[in-house]
Amino acid sequence: MKEPQTEPGRTGNGALEILRRYWWAAGLGLSALVVALASWFASSAPDGLERVAEDKSFVEAGQSNRYEWLPDYTIPGLSGEISTAVAGLIGVVIVVGVVMVLGRLMVRRRA
Amino acid sequence: MHVPALFLMHAPDGFFSAPVSGAMWIVTALVIGVAVRRAGATLDERAVPLLGVMAAFIFAAQMFNFQVAGGTSGHMLGGVLAAVLLGPWAATVVMACVIGVQGLVFQDGGLVVMGANIFNMGIVGTLGGFYIYRAIVGILGGEARGRLPAAAIAAWFSVEAAAILVSFELAMSDTTSLNVALPAMAGVHVLIGVGEAVITVSALGFIAVARADLLHLRDRPSVRLAEQGGAR
Repeated sequence: MKEPQTEPGRTGNGALEILRRYWWAAGLGLSALVVALASWFASSAPDGLERVAEDKSFVEAGQSNRYEWLPDYTIPGLSGEISTAVAGLIGVVIVVGVVMVLGRLMVRRRA
Repeated sequence: MHVPALFLMHAPDGFFSAPVSGAMWIVTALVIGVAVRRAGATLDERAVPLLGVMAAFIFAAQMFNFQVAGGTSGHMLGGVLAAVLLGPWAATVVMACVIGVQGLVFQDGGLVVMGANIFNMGIVGTLGGFYIYRAIVGILGGEARGRLPAAAIAAWFSVEAAAILVSFELAMSDTTSLNVALPAMAGVHVLIGVGEAVITVSALGFIAVARADLLHLRDRPSVRLAEQGGAR
């Protein structure tokens, strides 16, 4: 019996092969998962700069924002963790869009 | 309703004075201009999708704060990871886009201080980190062997450099004094830098297993050949 033909570079490992081909989908999916889970699992303790600002009492130097769109990764009107998850997913879509358009423009300008 | 201010390493407006903020905006704008030109000249067309995925991952990682110690958290910056994969200039463009969107859309980081925030979190660690990375890779005898340890060390330094820079900007702005800010910022970020190194190495290791060819998209084939031809 002949072995089924395999393409060059094929490992025979199904999951790894899918990952190789759809690495970008895996990367975007992982990012989406991280932002979606951030509001449940990420630490809400103050971060490095915030902690130092509180401890050294210059935190009141911070001014409030001039306007608010999706302030602090929340959707106005939506409450709870789901608000942050949706805001995060919107953020992923926006940054991918901005960077891809800019990347294409940079590469095309050269051509 | 009071929404607790969550500014992460992203400084809100008011932390840095007008002269400091203005000067940092000028420097940042100049560096971004250079970065767009240099990235445009060397970026591989096939790297554009990787640019998008890196932006998504860095945005996501910056949203996910991890606990370090004593009720303090930190988040990844991602500059060294992006620079190892995309080259320092394209990585700078990606970092500036992510930090810009965070400020404009999510009010994470002020608009007046955005130049400083981009410089602190997206330029110093990205460009400086890349050259530290390259130096260590040289000492360790090439990227194949030295990629992960070099990236770990560069990632740690990129976070410390950002923390030290923020301290100087706070002091120059008279927000607080240097001998208050510097030990506190540098101290807290020793641990946050370890987190940065762990995530950077994990991501690079994952890519090496899944798609090692993506590790070589950084330079166009012509650029890569020219560099290999030179005595390095």
